[in-house]
Amino acid sequence: MKIAVCIKQVPDSWAEKKMAGQVLDRANVDAVLNDLDEYAVEEALRIVEANSPTKEAGEASGHSITLISMGPERATEAIRKGLSMGADNAILISDASLAGSDALATSLVLSEVIKKENYDLVICGTESTDARMSVVPAMIAARLSWAQLTFAGKVKVDLAGSAVEIERVTEFGNQVMGAKFPVILSVVEKINEPRYPSFKGIMSAKKKSITTMSIADTGVPASNVGASAAWSAVKDALPRPPRGAGVKLTDEGKGGEKLVEFLVEKRLA
Amino acid sequence: MSEVLFLVDHLGGKISKATGELATYAKSIGESVAVVFAQNADEIKSQLNTFPVDKVITVAGDWDKYGAPAIADGLAQLITAKSPAAVLITSSANGKEIAGRVAVFCGSGIITDAVNVDKDLITTQSVFGGSTTVHSTVTKGVPIITLRANSIEAVSATSSPTVETFAATISEAAKLAPISSSTPVVKGGRPDLTEASIVVSGGRGTNGDFKPVEALADALGAAVGASRAATDAGWYPHSHQVGQTGKTVSPQLYVAAGISGAIQHRAGMQTSKTIVAINKDPEAPILEIADFAVVGDLFNVLPQATAQIVARKA
Repeated sequence: MKIAVCIKQVPDSWAEKKMAGQVLDRANVDAVLNDLDEYAVEEALRIVEANSPTKEAGEASGHSITLISMGPERATEAIRKGLSMGADNAILISDASLAGSDALATSLVLSEVIKKENYDLVICGTESTDARMSVVPAMIAARLSWAQLTFAGKVKVDLAGSAVEIERVTEFGNQVMGAKFPVILSVVEKINEPRYPSFKGIMSAKKKSITTMSIADTGVPASNVGASAAWSAVKDALPRPPRGAGVKLTDEGKGGEKLVEFLVEKRLA
Repeated sequence: MSEVLFLVDHLGGKISKATGELATYAKSIGESVAVVFAQNADEIKSQLNTFPVDKVITVAGDWDKYGAPAIADGLAQLITAKSPAAVLITSSANGKEIAGRVAVFCGSGIITDAVNVDKDLITTQSVFGGSTTVHSTVTKGVPIITLRANSIEAVSATSSPTVETFAATISEAAKLAPISSSTPVVKGGRPDLTEASIVVSGGRGTNGDFKPVEALADALGAAVGASRAATDAGWYPHSHQVGQTGKTVSPQLYVAAGISGAIQHRAGMQTSKTIVAINKDPEAPILEIADFAVVGDLFNVLPQATAQIVARKA
């Protein structure tokens, strides 16, 4: 089984984010592996482990996990995290022309790179914690004409039958659906508990290969990506006026009643 | 006037609250056209008459079996046939997937999670947990815009829309992942988190006991939310998590009980109209953004408030 996991480096979701002109200021915040992609990496590892007689991940098992990421040079830090969790190798698509790409361009580049190998499964997180659009997995599936099994809360791989069944978990309820390989999967937060990289994992990650591709290597014309090719444009981005602190009181026995008085005054209760 | 299509969200024969909101946006831009993907649209059509709807287009097909990819096929074909001014869809998991696929098929720009769209199709998004307001436009193709639930008050109207049917085909690619069974969310007595006009949330300060949080929520007719600390600890189901990696809510009233207010949480609730916070720690960051803050023990404050509200209603 050949598995790819799409990952993204994002500003730390516990940090304040700001705009730098029309785009997110990425330079002045800590960059980490997108939280929600860790579940995708973990799920890939579990699928491999469940289907390896020796219970060992890695190419020796006859399976492989490749991380695919689009981003600046610096994204190798996030990639190393995924490799130290146990993925086998990685592809980083990095090119100055990609800066400011919208979801359409991102999905185009990723699907062209995915096409180059015969992956059985491509696994994504449900969204990145910076842009939060949650559309890239569906766009990749649409571009490749692959089956889309998204928002999975449970994944069952039937290796002999080359098939996957998932339980899709959304605000509308749960659905069981399945498809034959190749499949684009996206997994929801809490489908699993992502492992912490072990010391051995961290050490071996240093030796794993990260192939860097330029936009020319992907076959996508550079004129189709980046800020100038985006099909939506930011007119302005303004910091919201800070919320003024309101009434603050210390409970001396009547805090609950005072709270209700406030709600009644505001016609909220 | 140019047509603005909006996708009618429905489940078990009932349209969602957000559908009325989409009708309201569509009408403010142009002619409002509801698009209903359903095997039997009769029951759904009549529910649209209470909103500003000029036309209803029904599309019959096996949508329940093939889900978002199939609906995206049908919607893309409809867009090609109609060349509308814009297409509005609810920002749900399904809605965004449909929007994404349609954007690919139609060569359209896409904007998700808008909290407003004006008559010139300029969208407003509230990003980074509400700390930044962004105005954007789609610059290519028919704009595909998804709107967050609860971002506008739906206008009620008495309309008698014209009705059309549209025949769409589902591609082989969209049939690759059939749905074999569906279990709708078991609706408790409480409203849905993202649609609720009041949300009461609990965090680390509950120590795992959500009873006072739920009691206040029920007294107020509110949904229950939880911080990541609470869901990570297994105290409350993950589906109730409000924050950067959970749900984003924007209710009329948000009550944060025992939640410190790390950016991770604020990102999911900062745009609430009114914020009330109860926390033992006078230094908790949540108190700085609250319109009304009580420094105190939630196990005293919440039950007292609940009793008071119940007494007022009696």
